[in-house]
Amino acid sequence: MCLGIPGEVIEILTDRPDLARVDVSGVKRAINIGLLTEENLRPGDWVLIHVGFALSKIDEDEAKAAMDFLEGIGKAYDDEITALRDSQIV
Amino acid sequence: MRFVDEFRDADKAKALSAKIAGLCEPGRQYKFMEVCGGHTHTIYKHGLEDYLPEAVSLVHGPGCPVCVIPMGRIDDAIHIARQPGVLMTSFGDMMRVPGSAGNFFDSNAEGTNIRMVYSPLDSLKIARQNPDQQVVFMAIGFETTAPSTAMTMLRAAQEGIENFSIFCNHITIIPAIKAILDSPDLRLDGFIGPGHVSTVIGCRPYEFIAEEYHKPIVVAGFEPLDILQSIYLLMRQLSEGRSDVENQYSRVVPWEGNLTALRAIGEVMELRPYFEWRGLGFISHSALQVRAKYARFDAELAYDVPGVRVADPKACQCGEVLKGVLKPWECKVFGTACTPETPIGTCMVSPEGACAAYYNFGRFTRTRVREASTT
Ligand code: SF4
Repeated sequence: MCLGIPGEVIEILTDRPDLARVDVSGVKRAINIGLLTEENLRPGDWVLIHVGFALSKIDEDEAKAAMDFLEGIGKAYDDEITALRDSQIV
Repeated sequence: MRFVDEFRDADKAKALSAKIAGLCEPGRQYKFMEVCGGHTHTIYKHGLEDYLPEAVSLVHGPGCPVCVIPMGRIDDAIHIARQPGVLMTSFGDMMRVPGSAGNFFDSNAEGTNIRMVYSPLDSLKIARQNPDQQVVFMAIGFETTAPSTAMTMLRAAQEGIENFSIFCNHITIIPAIKAILDSPDLRLDGFIGPGHVSTVIGCRPYEFIAEEYHKPIVVAGFEPLDILQSIYLLMRQLSEGRSDVENQYSRVVPWEGNLTALRAIGEVMELRPYFEWRGLGFISHSALQVRAKYARFDAELAYDVPGVRVADPKACQCGEVLKGVLKPWECKVFGTACTPETPIGTCMVSPEGACAAYYNFGRFTRTRVREASTT
């Protein structure tokens, strides 16, 4: 829950500009980007996601670093990804 | 020095370690607190304490929201879940946190319906799909998760969803840091500031630490080098006689924080007069409650929670661990009666809790410390 997980923006939903599809370690889900409206996110951008909301825009190096940290955490990260996989944000 | 878990940049780490050692004044001891549970995790995983000179020690702070939730609030949540027609939703981390008569799983075995969700937005979706149920989201966390709850409430208001509410347990980090600074138990030389909380609140709220308490604080990232770099920055401030707020994690944390997130929280929530923290007791203005304007989303009002204060189990020393007074392995039940599978205290439940992090990664050092204390 406290973990910020990096995701790559795949597309901004045209009918819902506050939502984006992101790819987190191969899991593709919708998340809310309403807290980053000033960033004008586009596909290819990376974000740190907390409980379904993108909280900060990051660069690819930072995404990689964040991923290393999370993979080191093991089970907690697996649980987070499993939870994300079950998520159906609309 | 022995390195528990070599990591990518171990050479850089050793270089930083030497620079830190170079700044130690002879005969002086330095004690820094890492506030955030994520940092605790990195420190144990990589055995970072072994990279530090003897004179520098780290203590673990209260920055794990699952760890500081008092038992009474778990009981209150279960009370709500037991009301007819209630479907409760919760982050997975909360499911194993013990209340006085068991955790959420135990409660479900007795008939409640507490479901795990990834996001408060998933909870809102469940509310849309189950109009005949009252869906209550167990809202928990620091300023990292509070904006998500706030945005979800705003969405629910906008859509006019009437069967959704939250049981608000959001807490704020600044009063907890202040309580620790005011506590006579512990003398600290500085703080490693939380990374993700700061993406929301920014760095300004920490200024009182530097200005009023004259202690340095460095907001830090989560990689081992980030933490060592931050300790170096703290040591440099001390050696130059400064106390400032520095941002080591500026690649992610903006100085001003996330204004949209702060506005969303401010719209739907306000500070409570006081809130109980496990181990720290009652701290004034340390948590959030739903504003009167959004009262229809407030499960605490709707279900008249008992609000009984429950003392922690006798064997449990989480309070001391959360304040940084005891190291996890110094708790009498650590690793014996209390393990991640059978937690007695909260610090063993969340992977970010100091006891769980230590249990998972710290055994080498624990043995080392035991040896040291018996010789
Ligand atoms: S070992 Fe268990 S009871 Fe003791 S402080 Fe840690 S979590 Fe609390």
